Amino acid sequence: MTTTGTVDLRAYLGHVELPNPVLTASGCAGMGRELAQFADLTRLGAFATRSITMAPRAGRPTPRMAETPSGLLNSVGLQGPGIEAFLEEELPWLAGHGVRTIVSIGGGSVAEFAALARRLADATGVTAIEVNLSCPNIEDRGRLFARDGSSAAEVVAAVRGATRYDVPVIAKLAPDVADVVAVARSCVDGGADALSMINTPQGMAIDVDAMRPALAAGSGGLSGPAVRPLAVRCVWQVHAALPGVPIIGMGGVLTGRDALELILAGACAVAVGTALFHDPNACPRILRELEDLLHERGFDRLADAVGLAHRPVLRNDLKESSL
Amino acid sequence: MAVTPVQVTGTVLTIRRVDAYHALTVVAPAVADRFRPGHFVTVSTGGPATATLTRRAFAVHDVKPDYGGTVEFVFTVRGAGTSWLAARRARDTLDLVGPLGRPFPLPRDPCRCVLVGSEYGSASLFALADVLQGRGCRIDFVLGAASADRVFGALRARRIGETTTLTTEDGSLGMRGQVADVLAGVIADTRADVVYACGPRDMLRAVTAVAIELDIPAQVSVEEAMACGTGLCMTCVLPVIGDDGVTRMVRACAEGPVFRGERVRFEDVGTIPFDALGAPRGLGGMG
Repeated sequence: MTTTGTVDLRAYLGHVELPNPVLTASGCAGMGRELAQFADLTRLGAFATRSITMAPRAGRPTPRMAETPSGLLNSVGLQGPGIEAFLEEELPWLAGHGVRTIVSIGGGSVAEFAALARRLADATGVTAIEVNLSCPNIEDRGRLFARDGSSAAEVVAAVRGATRYDVPVIAKLAPDVADVVAVARSCVDGGADALSMINTPQGMAIDVDAMRPALAAGSGGLSGPAVRPLAVRCVWQVHAALPGVPIIGMGGVLTGRDALELILAGACAVAVGTALFHDPNACPRILRELEDLLHERGFDRLADAVGLAHRPVLRNDLKESSL
Repeated sequence: MAVTPVQVTGTVLTIRRVDAYHALTVVAPAVADRFRPGHFVTVSTGGPATATLTRRAFAVHDVKPDYGGTVEFVFTVRGAGTSWLAARRARDTLDLVGPLGRPFPLPRDPCRCVLVGSEYGSASLFALADVLQGRGCRIDFVLGAASADRVFGALRARRIGETTTLTTEDGSLGMRGQVADVLAGVIADTRADVVYACGPRDMLRAVTAVAIELDIPAQVSVEEAMACGTGLCMTCVLPVIGDDGVTRMVRACAEGPVFRGERVRFEDVGTIPFDALGAPRGLGGMG
């Protein structure tokens, strides 16, 4: 069965129109070239880079990865070449190939985030900027920005102030916080045009043979289907509180059904992360599956499905069944 | 060098026990066509609704032209993924990605090559031996393992190689000890020009040390834990010295798995060396 072209799949991040809602998740799609061997990156809604930092970073020691039931623990530690090399080599390649690019940035202070945004302000080929708030704030004893609404808002405001008006700023939220809605609200008040959730919650595994932590860093970020219910809950809560704010939903999306679940919870776009490790062709497949599912359910537009699970239960249904 | 990998659904042709290991042959013409010695493949395990999300990476043992092209790899059961794989039967399908990685560089002119393998790392040496022999090279093998049933490919090595030296740690086959213990003697006897090696990290480290001592190049294929095999996940990194003398944390899957032995900082694997590009500051590093 083919339904190509029958559903309007456009998604909007602020003023930016994306042809479809399936994106890559930051840190899961390399620099683009690796994935381009398998799938056409221009067919993605957008490509999200790994988090770009000011200086080159070697990352964490190995082992950096442990497989857990339906999940993956990782502690890569934002390994990357730094913003200068990114601007010289990686971004021009993406721009030259016509890839809509969401540049994720990671910093240790408000000033560093602002400096990264300024470096990106005159670069061509930046579709949006995503602020990775799951970075330790060196000015607050390493507390993650994402765990503190006011410092998250400060970062977002600084990045928004340094970014061109037509480039949306997306705040990426962590699920393992006391009140995700409060942090989301702070970020929107700080000027975020859109929100993405969830970043990986912290987890840990111990190798019972070696009787030591499985990761060299001890704990790491948990991803994959194991965290999908967390993602659905966060998207649901934030969409209920802030229905007008575009949300990019992510967390364990392996299939079109998983993508639809996040969309029904309130996401207007969906990012694919760990699934790419398992299936380098995951994005085009998930888009195809999602389009078929929307078509089967009679949707003409993706936008009509966004947050649909929030609709009130019709009392009529109950009446008829009790007759 | 840059071969574009493909993702295919291959049909299992055979699965058989080879001593302590399993050898699985899949029909995958697109992978077989692109294969060069040293390449590896990854497979998805557990079926469509799998709970084991990371792909398993295996060095390619053999490609054959049967059925349009088959790929064979050798593995040992270590966990849920590999025990699922060991339960595959002929006509089952397998999600295969490959060929991946940087293959073994080949000498331009005929030369004398010692091929060193430990455990099932030996598997990737036979396709290499065929190509080297095709170029008029002399091949000598050194194969080893903990015990006789874990030495892979001894018969085939005896057939192909000018000489084959076997080692086992328990002395149940060949010389008692490890491959690196006998390597210096083999290199001297054969007046070897180059060493190719594949096996566990400690073995590669020891083989590299012997090659450096005798002043011949070693091309080593590393077996690091990978989640994707395609360069996306950044988890299979190890410190390697680049042409510019700078140490970088490079991916075994994308920049490797074959490296020049003396470029790999084996003693620093599992750490971020203080002088690596982008190492944490405050430790007297590059800042």
